[in-house]
Amino acid sequence: MTVAPTQVRSDQVGAPGADAGTGPVISVSGLVKRYGDVEAVRGIDFTVGRGETFGFLGPNGAGKTTTIKILCTLANATAGQAVVAGYDCAAQRDAVRRNIGLVFQDTTLDTYLTAEQNLRFHAELYGVPKAAVLPRMRQVMDMVGLWDRKDSLVSTYSGGMQRRLEIARGLLHAPHVLFLDEPTVGLDPQTRSSIWAYINDLKSREDITIFLTTHYMDEAENCDRIAIIDHGQIVAIDTPAALKASVGKDRVQIHTADDAAAITQLAATFGLDAAMHEGAVTFAVASGEQFVPRLFSEFSVPIRSVSVARPSLDDVFMSYTGSTIRDAEGSGTDAMRQMAQHWRAGRR
Amino acid sequence: MATQISRPVAAPEPGAVVDRIRVSVPERGLRHDVRAVSIVWRRELIRFRTDRLRAITSLVQPVLFLFILGTGLGALAGRGMPPGVEFKTFIYPGVLAMSVLFTAIFSAASIVWDREFGFLREILVAPVSRASIVIGKCLGGATIATFQGIIFLALAWFANVPYNPVLLLTLVGELLLLSFTLTAFGVMMAARIKQFQAFMALTQMLVLPLFFLSGALYPLAGLPAWLSVLTRIDPLTYVVGPMRHAVFSHLGPAGRIMNALAPNVTWGGWAVPLWLSLGIVAAMGLAMMAVAIAEFSRTE
Repeated sequence: MTVAPTQVRSDQVGAPGADAGTGPVISVSGLVKRYGDVEAVRGIDFTVGRGETFGFLGPNGAGKTTTIKILCTLANATAGQAVVAGYDCAAQRDAVRRNIGLVFQDTTLDTYLTAEQNLRFHAELYGVPKAAVLPRMRQVMDMVGLWDRKDSLVSTYSGGMQRRLEIARGLLHAPHVLFLDEPTVGLDPQTRSSIWAYINDLKSREDITIFLTTHYMDEAENCDRIAIIDHGQIVAIDTPAALKASVGKDRVQIHTADDAAAITQLAATFGLDAAMHEGAVTFAVASGEQFVPRLFSEFSVPIRSVSVARPSLDDVFMSYTGSTIRDAEGSGTDAMRQMAQHWRAGRR
Repeated sequence: MATQISRPVAAPEPGAVVDRIRVSVPERGLRHDVRAVSIVWRRELIRFRTDRLRAITSLVQPVLFLFILGTGLGALAGRGMPPGVEFKTFIYPGVLAMSVLFTAIFSAASIVWDREFGFLREILVAPVSRASIVIGKCLGGATIATFQGIIFLALAWFANVPYNPVLLLTLVGELLLLSFTLTAFGVMMAARIKQFQAFMALTQMLVLPLFFLSGALYPLAGLPAWLSVLTRIDPLTYVVGPMRHAVFSHLGPAGRIMNALAPNVTWGGWAVPLWLSLGIVAAMGLAMMAVAIAEFSRTE
């Protein structure tokens, strides 16, 4: 069966919409969100251009989910403004909602319905023109490779299939912006990479802007631009390549017999500022390969292993925030993080 | 609101990709809200259809009341009945009301369930009015509860209630009204109660008092003052009365005697007319639905 080239449009004379121009699709200024005494988002500004894939990178509780909630009209900002697809997130909720697709961290599918029933439900709620429902449903399900499973109950789907179905559903009403909140969290590495293959494929097929949050460094590499967010503030915002270039140094991690002595000696002998990260003595040097021979010849603390890494987003994160993303998640003493987790556990 | 469907004027170039379907979601309007009500309603039906176990288990309790309690107590209570009227027949309308009680209130429990499992969020972020979601939910619950009642209605013969078309239609109409009000009550509570366990515990706690106070098992006349007052504030009373009236109106002379002996709901000696009785139930249902809409519109 071939899909008829139906064109469906609504009469929206004078509506701003993302079609209206080439300006930013998302623009945020001075955004603040407070929960009681806790400031989850502390005044952030950024814009996302049309067709961009924009990533919010940061540890759990950094303010990513709060920001995405405000952009999706699910929470009100305490101060500041957010505009999505030309509409104000606080004042024009319905207009924003019509123009965005959402894929949440946890599944929001009805597992007692079939995949097709879930999508049909969505199409009706979003008022997708009747003539377009079936062809569009087929198109988005084909895109994620689930059309032949459309009549199966969602409860029979694997975690990865459910996530793909949610992405398909988020696209069903042809939104201008697709929000993906931790799109691959809780999935195994193989499924994660297949989800990314679908997302990248989607970009070549649809005229769409993607806003996503992640705390996986390797996933952030898929973005056109990244904002690094920590403690509710954006600490850096640029392309992955530019961010990595800005660090400029290789990261060296060594395991030693006496880490404390090693740190002292690194400072005394080489003038290096080393610290413990992920159970290893970690420091940055301009060219790691050339430094390692010197390390072995001049170091008295026994070294068990050495690893040298080119600058990665991990290092970018570390150089801007002073800790690796895993350390930041492990600390857990931060009141805001506890607050965020508490709030997440209790949310609907 | 108005949606145009048009084909591109120029034919696509040969070999060009033509499978892209442009969809633009229209601005909110009445037609969109009606579609939303309809799909929320249809989802309830689909869920009910695929959950046959629920339909069967919900039938167990009313069947027990009618056959075990009705037969067991019949020997004793039957002495107060006019000749030719069985106790089973007397309690049938009340037990019929009970058959929709559980289904209606528990259909609202799916809101709490949906909230815990995330699906409620899919509904609440849609660009539709909260009112259309609540209305769809109330109508959906009312419909499936009425189906449940119709299954029990099929057992009317065992209680010596005739299969008279007018009677059956009257009873179905009254069941629909009752189911709607009960679902609205459940939805109103589901707007506030976020935990599934708490919701189930609370409704379990409420269901039996609602049933016992409705006069389903005994006549409303000649009760002690305290019980009399309690029965009059139970919404179920205002449906059980008219349903019983309908049943006895179709039972011949013995039924008419019964209607005379045990009239409708009375307020301090004044017999509440049937229309007012049913009007009270409808008003309660609409009021509770309005509260539910307000609750869902207020919270995110």
